[in-house]
Amino acid sequence: MSDTVKHSLLFAFVGVLILLEGSTTFGGIFSGSWNSALVILNMGLISAIMALGVNLQWGFAGLFNVGIMGFTALGGLAVVLVSTNPTPGAFAAGGMGILMALVMGALTVVGAVAIYKFMKPGLARTLVLLAVLIVGFFVYRAIFDPSVEAVEAINPALEGNLGGLGLPVLLAWPAGGLLAAGAAWLIGKTALGLRSDYLAIATLGIAEIIISILKNEDWLSRGVKNVVGLPRPVPYEVDLQNDPSFVERAASFGLDPVEGSTIFVKLGYSILFTVVLLALLWMAQMALRSPWGRMMRAIRDNEVAAEAMGKDVTRRHLQIFVLGSAICGLAGAMMTTLDSQLTPGTYNPLRFTFLIWVMVIVGGSGNNFGAVLGGMLIWFFWIKVEPMGIELIKLLTTFMADDNWLKGHLIENASHMRLFTMGLILLLVLRFSPRGLIPEK
Amino acid sequence: MELLNALVAFTNFVGVPAIAYGSQLAIGALGVTLVYSVLRFSNFAHGDTMAFGTMVTILFTWWFQSMGISFGPLPTALLALPLGIAVTMLLVLITDRTVYRFYREQKAKPVVFVMVSLGVMFMMNGLVRFIIGPGDQRFSDGERFIIKARAFKKMTGLDEGLAIKTSQGITVVTAIVVVALLFWFLNKTRTGKSMRAYSDNEDLALLSGINPERVVMYTWLIVATLATIAGVLYGLDKSFKPFTYFQLLLPIFASAIVGGLGSPIGAIAGGFIIAFSEVMITYAWKKVATYVLPESMAPDGLVQLLSTDYKFAVSFAILIIVLLFKPTGIFKGKSV
Repeated sequence: MSDTVKHSLLFAFVGVLILLEGSTTFGGIFSGSWNSALVILNMGLISAIMALGVNLQWGFAGLFNVGIMGFTALGGLAVVLVSTNPTPGAFAAGGMGILMALVMGALTVVGAVAIYKFMKPGLARTLVLLAVLIVGFFVYRAIFDPSVEAVEAINPALEGNLGGLGLPVLLAWPAGGLLAAGAAWLIGKTALGLRSDYLAIATLGIAEIIISILKNEDWLSRGVKNVVGLPRPVPYEVDLQNDPSFVERAASFGLDPVEGSTIFVKLGYSILFTVVLLALLWMAQMALRSPWGRMMRAIRDNEVAAEAMGKDVTRRHLQIFVLGSAICGLAGAMMTTLDSQLTPGTYNPLRFTFLIWVMVIVGGSGNNFGAVLGGMLIWFFWIKVEPMGIELIKLLTTFMADDNWLKGHLIENASHMRLFTMGLILLLVLRFSPRGLIPEK
Repeated sequence: MELLNALVAFTNFVGVPAIAYGSQLAIGALGVTLVYSVLRFSNFAHGDTMAFGTMVTILFTWWFQSMGISFGPLPTALLALPLGIAVTMLLVLITDRTVYRFYREQKAKPVVFVMVSLGVMFMMNGLVRFIIGPGDQRFSDGERFIIKARAFKKMTGLDEGLAIKTSQGITVVTAIVVVALLFWFLNKTRTGKSMRAYSDNEDLALLSGINPERVVMYTWLIVATLATIAGVLYGLDKSFKPFTYFQLLLPIFASAIVGGLGSPIGAIAGGFIIAFSEVMITYAWKKVATYVLPESMAPDGLVQLLSTDYKFAVSFAILIIVLLFKPTGIFKGKSV
């Protein structure tokens, strides 16, 4: 069997899994609902895009980034900042102040860096540096605090944040990519010189910092109060149900209006996401085959040799770090659009960073198709391991009495088996097929 | 008097909690640093090893409590601790046999080990959630305080009270004992010396007849002990929740790196640096400032530099600064 056939079969397998989810309720594992199949498909497509981004960094360039969660969340923030309507009066009340404070903060940092670079090392430099930082911090807080208070006082039950630009939500997707790219540039500038595992820990920490900013800066993203009801690029179910021509068309497919409209909306998302995924996949493939892609792999395989050939390793690393993070930001924006809410409290590194890594490793690092396959497949299992685990435990405990405390405990906690299973899959793949399901050519 | 009050307020709200937290971080960071220096990778599963050890200890504690066994004024968990350590040792050794040893034989790159430790992290995390559930567990019993705030006020006649929790006292005493034992072991015993030799130069150590598998085994045993102790102390002081323990990974890594990965003294120093900065930067200084400053200058805000939710941000800001200016940490660590 040639490789192409084998790889097509793997993709077909994922397709069959999703079709089964929609069509049968076999063994209690599949739900037999097309809505649920489409929900899995949509998040699978987004996961595949995230996996593409990580694959760019890890598979092409060997950069170990475990801050994916942060970039995803920034993408989500972009949706709020671009697509929501501006809060009336918020900008006048404190928006200018906040902007000025942020500029002041940035100037302080730039000033500190300049002092560090241009003054001679010694006691004088340390003192000036400290003075600039301390004065800068207090000035920043002095401008920042009252402005934030003013903004957060505006209708706190519903708003209390600056709001966004009120632009179409689709524009938020590239904006999410840009925001993530900007953050990645800053992070890469400071952290990319570090060794691989230091870079990992630094990115892990920065992701946590981004999340804590989103959770606490209410003026920006309403913090843990969440932003709900974000605009969507597809029609609302209620509008469809009230549209007689749609109801008629749904009936011709044998669907009642409610089911028809929910499936229609989800299909709309699926098509949008597939278009984005295919475009990115095409670009990633072109990049992989181009001289640039070969250079990246050369740097990954032997940095010293690549440097000797005159390649600027640090700059290339920065470039690909920014590109990969931008893709994660784009995917994050798409995810927030799909959920039509931003909930900073739900970002969890296990789900948004390490799971994506499992996808890339299982799919095959260094191969774009592998990343896409891994994204879709692992996402399916992430969702489905829960019912599978419960069925398995039920099967294993059939011999126990129904009021046995152990049985109750096992069934109650069976859903936590998904983390365990993901770890097991990762370890098995690393051990027996370390290059993944679709290995790098 | 005012100054004394300020000092007591400072000790009560900053000093005591930070020393306890710092000791917990230091013991955790010692484990990370040992894995790094002997096995040569950053162990992402460390937080979850701590969670596992603590969970086993909690289960034994509950069992003891149900049988009516208690430890007088001290928490019963201390009685269960040796059992918790033993089970964790077993788990860690099994993990090494089934997972890590294969890659050691392959002489895999450190980054592969890190990936593998991600897998182990997932599995341990799942296991802990499966057995004890994802919720919050409190398991401290016995006397709650060594000194109560009110008793302290009465004793000294000051306006400010000083409270020291039993868990904080136990943490500090245990930390001192553990660190002393560890340094004695590493510096004086034959096994400890062979561990250091192996960590300094693997090839030379092998040439002089040190059995690498033995060194690795002892390292894991010590790491399991340290992880369980750190986890139980943290749980007694605050509470046990699997996700919190996973998140402890961040300040623990920060401590180990700030001190210098691979340096035990560095891990301890790093633990206290991180703990003190976290507590001091997120503490509202109003009370202390009111005592110290003249009345006319008394602050009207909370005088809090950052809100408490930014404590991870603090440890990572320190981490980044240290890495940028002193890439091997304060006490020269090593780089693989």
